Amino acid sequence: MTITGEPITGTTELLVDEDIDKRRFRVHRSTMTSQQIFEAERDRIFSRCWLYVGHKSEVPKPGDYVRRRVGGRPVFMVRGAKSGEIRVFHNSCTHRGALVCRTDRGNSKNFQCFYHAWTFDTEGKLIGVPDRKGYEGRDFADLSLAAPRVEQYRGFVFLSYDRDIVDLETYLAGAKEYLDLVIDGASDDVEVIKGTHEYGMAANWKLLVENSIDGYHAAPLHASYFQYLASIGTDISGGISGVGRDLGNGHAVADGEAPWGRPIASWEPSFGPEAKTEIDKIRADLVERHGEELARRMSKTSRNLLIYPNLIINDIMAVTVRTFMPTAPDQTEITAWQLAPRTELPLLRERRLDNFLTFLGPGGFATPDDIEALESCQAGFTSGGVEWNDISRGMARTPLQSDEEQMRTFWRRWNEQIQHLDASGGTLS
Amino acid sequence: MTTSETKPGASFADRIGDVGRPQVEDLLYLEARLLDEWRLDEWLELYTSDAHYVVPATDTPDGDPERDLVLIDDDRARMQSRVERLNSRRAHREYPHSNTRHMVTNVELGAVRDDVLDVLAAFAVFRFRADRSVYYVGRYLIELTLVDGVLRIKSKRAVLDLTTLRPSFDVAIIL
Repeated sequence: MTITGEPITGTTELLVDEDIDKRRFRVHRSTMTSQQIFEAERDRIFSRCWLYVGHKSEVPKPGDYVRRRVGGRPVFMVRGAKSGEIRVFHNSCTHRGALVCRTDRGNSKNFQCFYHAWTFDTEGKLIGVPDRKGYEGRDFADLSLAAPRVEQYRGFVFLSYDRDIVDLETYLAGAKEYLDLVIDGASDDVEVIKGTHEYGMAANWKLLVENSIDGYHAAPLHASYFQYLASIGTDISGGISGVGRDLGNGHAVADGEAPWGRPIASWEPSFGPEAKTEIDKIRADLVERHGEELARRMSKTSRNLLIYPNLIINDIMAVTVRTFMPTAPDQTEITAWQLAPRTELPLLRERRLDNFLTFLGPGGFATPDDIEALESCQAGFTSGGVEWNDISRGMARTPLQSDEEQMRTFWRRWNEQIQHLDASGGTLS
Repeated sequence: MTTSETKPGASFADRIGDVGRPQVEDLLYLEARLLDEWRLDEWLELYTSDAHYVVPATDTPDGDPERDLVLIDDDRARMQSRVERLNSRRAHREYPHSNTRHMVTNVELGAVRDDVLDVLAAFAVFRFRADRSVYYVGRYLIELTLVDGVLRIKSKRAVLDLTTLRPSFDVAIIL
């Protein structure tokens, strides 16, 4: 599909229908099922946003690399041996196309294509071509590995396939404040913990966007998890309160008071008495460095943050970094990591991991039920008869974290990009 | 068939060093059958009170659950919670339950350390639900011990050969 700005055909032209007077916000279900829309998303969204690649802690030493699929395309992130800079390259030999990085992680001085043995250094430069005399007169300068645009925000590495996109900080808009809360809360020294959750679901990726910032489903869908929390002594009688916020450019957050403990920095009995001294110390330290109010937000509130279009940072008890990508309208690949302070005490690291695993991940007590619900929605769409999903909750009040303003924020931006409603051809201006 | 009457953990020995492969296989086959028949309370009885059940992440098979992110890290209390959840109607991914078939093979007895016997085995678990079929293949690293002369599982680590979980979606069942 070429990007010409014409509306998506083969379905109703109106995909997102917002009527403020009627307090009604609807999303057409073809957005979840249409092959054409899936293809348009690849060109108009995943090729025109900043997308999360990885965290700098994953490639600490020169020559360290990790292989990723970003926006559905194979790339790899490497720390240049000469420059020390983090680089991201299209994973394709500039000669005839083969993957030049064929293992998921490691350390290498260079990347040699196994097909004809062209060799690239960690800065992407072509440094070796066998039987070079066959190329007499050919200038190799334009045969370095190709790189998308790459920028970092405080250790989070993003790429964009759009050369003309605004810089990353401008793009992040109001989401920056929430990333800062996560990073500053961990004393600006976070790392991605070893071990990745790589799982999947037979449902549209946007259902997982909605689900990841949806406070409304927690009580009904995850009743068995709350039962488990109560059984280990967590006091959840206070319930979950908070707000849903539009952070600009499609980013959104469900920002709530946390009734549970947090390793940063709010103790609860299930953490054990020996953890209390350390958590109190972390809290006092945060107050000293950031003041009472910011320290309170870092310690006593949770945030489910969407960085548009497909990055979720859930800072609940543990910090989850989750990204996902469709491979078909009804198939999604999900990848999740855990982010933690590098110098955390082993005891708190264990509590953090316990918490992450009991709720989250494909073997947890909640995530499998989310997947089941989203696949169930996807199955329901095929029944037909109902054209629209309703996303109207909270339109007549200041949105709560259990309302749907977060999702509306996502859908408004999605609709602008997919329908080319803004003048700049889909890039943010 | 007499095995259907077998009580959980009905392998008896005086010393762990006396336990042979047939007894180990009997226990692992019984565990497989209890899981496949969704007799999870009885399954739990095969484990010691200080038991551990771990499934490492697919990209970090040597992951240490105290330090690294794994898929499942259950102590005995959390194994109990897992069973209670799966027995309830609120574990939506597993209600109704999948049909599963746990195949255990290539059983090798390893070293005896104090009162613990190391066992290595291969597994293939097939899971069928609605119109979907998925599988989990890997190896079990198991520690067995005797509790009052009865052979029990002290720990089980199910290391997947799958390079990612994506084709099998999730691990809401017990491997």
